[in-house]
Amino acid sequence: MIEIRAVSHRIAGTPILHDITTRLPEGRLTALIGPNGAGKSTLLRLIGRLEPLQAGRIRVAGHDIATTPTDRLAQVMAVLGQQTLIASRLRLAELVAFGRWPHHKGRPTAADRAHVAEAIRTFALDPLADRFMDELSGGQAQRAHIAMAFAQDTEWLLLDEPLNNLDMSHARALMARLRALVDRQGRSVAVVLHEVNYAAAWADHIIALKDGSILAEGAPDAVLTEELLSRLYDAPIAMGRHQGRPLVLHHA
Amino acid sequence: MAEALTLAARPAALRPVWVLAGLACLLAAVSALWMWQGLGGGGNRGFVLGLRANKLAALALVGVSVGVSTVTFQTVAANRVLTPSIMGFDALYVLLQTALVASLGIAGFAGLPATAKFLSEIALMVLLASALFGTLMLQGARDIPRMILTGVILGVLFRSLAGFMGRVMDPAQYAVVQAASFASFNRVNATLLPVAGAVTLLAVLAAWRMSARLDVLALGRDAAVSLGLRHQAVVIAALSLVALLVSVSTAVVGPVAFFGLIVAGLAHGLTRSASHGVLLPAAGLIGATILIGGQWLFERQLGQAATLSVVVEFAGGLFFLYLLLKGRIR
Amino acid sequence: MRILPALSLALIALMLASLTIGAAQVDLRMLRQDPLAMLVLVESRLPRMLAVALTGAALSVAGVLIQALVRNRFVGPDTSGTAEGAALGLLAITIWAPASPLWLRMVVASLAAMAATALFLAVIRRLPAREVMLVPIAGIILSGVVGSVVTFVAWQHDLMQFVGTWLGSGEFSGAIAGRYELLWIAGGAAVLAWLAADRFAILGLGDSVATGLGLSVDAVMRLGLLAVSVVTAMVVTTVGMLPFVGLVVPNLVARLMGDNLRQTLPVVALAGAVLVLACDLVARVVVAPYELPAGLILGVLGAGLFLWLLHRRPAHG
Ligand SMILES: Nc1ncnc2c1ncn2[C@@H]1O[C@H](COP(=O)(O)OP(=O)(O)O)[C@@H](O)[C@H]1O
Ligand SMILES: [Mg+2]
Repeated sequence: MIEIRAVSHRIAGTPILHDITTRLPEGRLTALIGPNGAGKSTLLRLIGRLEPLQAGRIRVAGHDIATTPTDRLAQVMAVLGQQTLIASRLRLAELVAFGRWPHHKGRPTAADRAHVAEAIRTFALDPLADRFMDELSGGQAQRAHIAMAFAQDTEWLLLDEPLNNLDMSHARALMARLRALVDRQGRSVAVVLHEVNYAAAWADHIIALKDGSILAEGAPDAVLTEELLSRLYDAPIAMGRHQGRPLVLHHA
Repeated sequence: MAEALTLAARPAALRPVWVLAGLACLLAAVSALWMWQGLGGGGNRGFVLGLRANKLAALALVGVSVGVSTVTFQTVAANRVLTPSIMGFDALYVLLQTALVASLGIAGFAGLPATAKFLSEIALMVLLASALFGTLMLQGARDIPRMILTGVILGVLFRSLAGFMGRVMDPAQYAVVQAASFASFNRVNATLLPVAGAVTLLAVLAAWRMSARLDVLALGRDAAVSLGLRHQAVVIAALSLVALLVSVSTAVVGPVAFFGLIVAGLAHGLTRSASHGVLLPAAGLIGATILIGGQWLFERQLGQAATLSVVVEFAGGLFFLYLLLKGRIR
Repeated sequence: MRILPALSLALIALMLASLTIGAAQVDLRMLRQDPLAMLVLVESRLPRMLAVALTGAALSVAGVLIQALVRNRFVGPDTSGTAEGAALGLLAITIWAPASPLWLRMVVASLAAMAATALFLAVIRRLPAREVMLVPIAGIILSGVVGSVVTFVAWQHDLMQFVGTWLGSGEFSGAIAGRYELLWIAGGAAVLAWLAADRFAILGLGDSVATGLGLSVDAVMRLGLLAVSVVTAMVVTTVGMLPFVGLVVPNLVARLMGDNLRQTLPVVALAGAVLVLACDLVARVVVAPYELPAGLILGVLGAGLFLWLLHRRPAHG
């Protein structure tokens, strides 16, 4: 479980998050949704200790992120930020291999290599394994970064807009992959999604952020209502259903 | 799948070994050339060999310091095209020397033995540089262009401040500073060689031990933190090593401008590796080889030792541009 | 738009100060009665003040232009090979045709500056577009390469002293009547650039946008190249290259006002003049009766100011 208690955050004096208190259940796929600039990335970065915590407390699987050593946290959660530009010139397989670093600290074992190979296979990246990262398309690079986080093999996986740059089939494959992680391996996933229908189709738990506060949270059926979504996005939104799950219609 | 991966990775994995071996041979060759070429028999053979060994040591020391410090710095700065020199490290060292003489006076400070003076200077330099540039890089990650601009401007500021202090200070004191900080490839500051050698050796070993962590650092801050690297500690440690190495090379031969850029560019371009276990030794070897080979060519063959730094800049700069255009430096 | 009046006031104040401060006393109110003061003013103070202001303004505008040409904020005319190119041209004509008239020397210097800058543009066109910071580095390295040729040739011909003044850090003490007028050409080139400001602003948006808006990219590039080269060549010949102005002033103004060049170019020119005037004043006062090179003060004051402005208010990324 991730417990967030009374977290507020400012950037350069401007308040970005206001007194957020919530829980992300373990063994579930949680989606963070909300309009641009709502503070989704900021919240995810705070949980992933990519940004220092200013006020409040966050515990990930019982580890207080402010006091737990960072290398210990890296064995509990893997974070993928929204921006994934890297300065060094790496091949795809080399990048994914870094996902194992928290476990071997520079001396990879056969088991580490096996994890890397599995991650590459899982995201269908085998044919690209020897390409340099800067010779990949945006979507391919995105998948490589996700594979790296996957190879880290942690209880929690935090992803910020992982569907960026992915086409429909790869986006769907990724969501199915995350679903399988949760259902079959009992892992926990938190993912920022700007496309609500992906949340509607795949998430167990949804947290809707607006202007730095939580507007609603709970199961998809409870959160994804016409009234609430219209308020969240300041636009009239209609809801339908498809295969027993909510479906958001923006051309109402 | 696992086999396919290792198979495919083999040529790439072997390449660095060959490159390093080749560079080591090249360095051995130019060193031998430097020591024994044109060496007459006669009574002063031992004396000449001693002189040559001294200068060889100085050139190798500087080449290695510049190469290793630049590669390390570029990783910390997440930027393949900055050098400690561009960001003002050597200017800070010169400024520090000037300020120490100006504030503590000739008798007090400049009167110290050269080694003690040097050690206290580099201690101060490490503190100052890691505090200043550490803050800059850790805070600056949010706005990288601003960080880089700040660094470049700091370099200009330090250089100008040192020049300014030099102009307005007491001429006798200025003479002391000038003697200390205007070493060059021809007027190597030989008294410092033993201590400078020891410092360099320690710093290079420390950098090499950090190479796995530097590999992770090179992924960028977010990825490094996510992988559990103690980002801030590693940045500060790496910058301290850079400050040590820059102090050494500046003290022995003075500021070296773009030499580091060229060496680091060559190291990346030749090894095509992202592993610091390979990059750091390669950069050290390349730096030493260029300096020794260049000095041999100019001092012994062309009789124009004064222009080595000019030619390093010219030939190295052209080669760098060539690599740049070939897309080998990114 | 409070910046423009503030800068204008500062400029006027600094110009008056520049006229009155110096070894000989000049009281502006007593000029009519004092022919000697009048002489000092007309022959020395006024030319110097104009030289300083023109240099600062023109170099800053040249900085904007080169930044628009290469679409990169981190370059200036002192890091694009331009100044070194001009010095190489001057060196060549000094060696081969020492008796040539001034105008010919200027033409050669400008052409050489243009060739070096064009070389820079050709180099960076082939760089991968994503690599923003490679551009200034390519410029710095190219400057270093051309500069090393200059040093080498000057060394061979025992002309190092000249190179020192051309590529040194800006000395205005030699700017007296009859020795600074070339800088008006630099000022003229800057005005020319202002007349074409919109074109450069559009150029800065990229080739495809510019072409889409019906602009002839090559023609604008050539115009910019010409202006930058002429400004730099004139400055190099008359007072020596001032580092840093062409980089810093445009960045400063862009951070405060954005990149609409028609509006910002006059501000850039004013700010450049103000900055260099202030530095020249300090250089004359601080160790009076001696003086320091203005470039040195620029390095200290300009850098300090720049750092302060850069960090004064949080950036919005
Ligand atoms: N570096 C920054 N400086 C100033 N404001 C920022 C910065 N980063 C984010 N913000 C602001 O914080 C708010 C939340 O941003 P973010 O968490 O990225 O939103 P989201 O991911 O929900 O689109 C936005 O209003 C954004 O403008
Ligand atoms: Mg976001």
